[in-house]
Amino acid sequence: MKSCKVHTMARVFPILIFVMLCAPSALAHPQKGEAVGFLTGFRHPISGLDHVLAMIAVGLWGAQLGSPAIWLLPVAFPMVMAVGGMLGLMGIPLPGTEYGIALSAMLLGAAVLLELRPSLRIAALLVGFFAIFHGHAHGTELPRGQSALLYSMGFVIATGCLHAVGIGIGTFHRWGWGQKLLRAAGGLVTMGGVFFLWKAAA
Amino acid sequence: MNRKRKSHLSLYAFVAFSFAMSAVPAEAHLNSTGMGPFYDGLIHFLMNPEDIVPVVALALLAGLRGANYGRRALFVLPTAWFLGALAGLSALAANPHPFIAAAWFVLLGGLVAADAHVSLRATTVLAALLGLYHGYLNGTGMGQSLSTTVILVGLVFAIFVLIALVAAFVVRLRASWARVAIRVGGSWIAASGLLMLGWATRAR
Repeated sequence: MKSCKVHTMARVFPILIFVMLCAPSALAHPQKGEAVGFLTGFRHPISGLDHVLAMIAVGLWGAQLGSPAIWLLPVAFPMVMAVGGMLGLMGIPLPGTEYGIALSAMLLGAAVLLELRPSLRIAALLVGFFAIFHGHAHGTELPRGQSALLYSMGFVIATGCLHAVGIGIGTFHRWGWGQKLLRAAGGLVTMGGVFFLWKAAA
Repeated sequence: MNRKRKSHLSLYAFVAFSFAMSAVPAEAHLNSTGMGPFYDGLIHFLMNPEDIVPVVALALLAGLRGANYGRRALFVLPTAWFLGALAGLSALAANPHPFIAAAWFVLLGGLVAADAHVSLRATTVLAALLGLYHGYLNGTGMGQSLSTTVILVGLVFAIFVLIALVAAFVVRLRASWARVAIRVGGSWIAASGLLMLGWATRAR
């Protein structure tokens, strides 16, 4: 009797193993992996303070410079940043990425602090130059196995939202106290940039 | 010996039966809504951002240029999509190149971001090519049955409604900041396309 029980167990066990091995992946959400892709992409630019400071500084500076810079910078920045991201994804190295990101916060913050008004071309070139470093850093850090489209969209939309926050704060520029507030914010961004530069050098 | 072989046979039969019973539904193409083939086609389009985003980009481009352009895209794109899908029905499987999907994003998003003054003829060609390409991809793997045409009608209906809503919304915009906001949207689409290009390169 006992030997019969053992025999039955021995027969059932491989079946159990087989059934467990062919368990399908969980389908709790409509498109598996894709929601994760968008949210992970969206979270990426806002997860690093150095990126956040620089993105907001772009919006603040655009607001100080007024039209057309306020519109040109948010249109151009995502595309130039994406070029940097593409280089990072392709594995093309860019030396001094961390320094570039820290310098971007420092110099863009300083531009807001001093309310610098260079020509539109120089402002766009400066912002575009630093955008490549930000994009490259994101590109090399992207996790594998995500939905490329949704991750990219989440990433770009979050960056655009950070610019919008900067532009939104920049609307205070129309008031005298607001101009001082923006310059103070620029000072804070510069200090943050100095801190990240020191951290990159350490 | 013969008895032992018999007992193993029943074991193998049971294992094979377990496998057959635990087969999951094929997820090759369509999501089933349970509301019939028309809605299956409609939802298939609405659940697929790789299809939606280029259609939105084309609608934005046409809307920025004016009502004439919007009307042209409204009729050319769904028609081309339907024809492309019919052509794709005969193909068993497609192997879409990720560079092409990304290129559509970069091209259409870039044109919107630049507020490019594309001609009506160029808009028509873009709409036709986009429709034929994506329609063909949609059509492959759907299989040929009576409900396939209804699925395609649902899919094309969703495209028609989406392009009508987006283009009409943009055509009405007059404020310069609103048009710039549309261009920012275009730059986001182009930027996503550039990142997808990099991603596709990394994957290879």
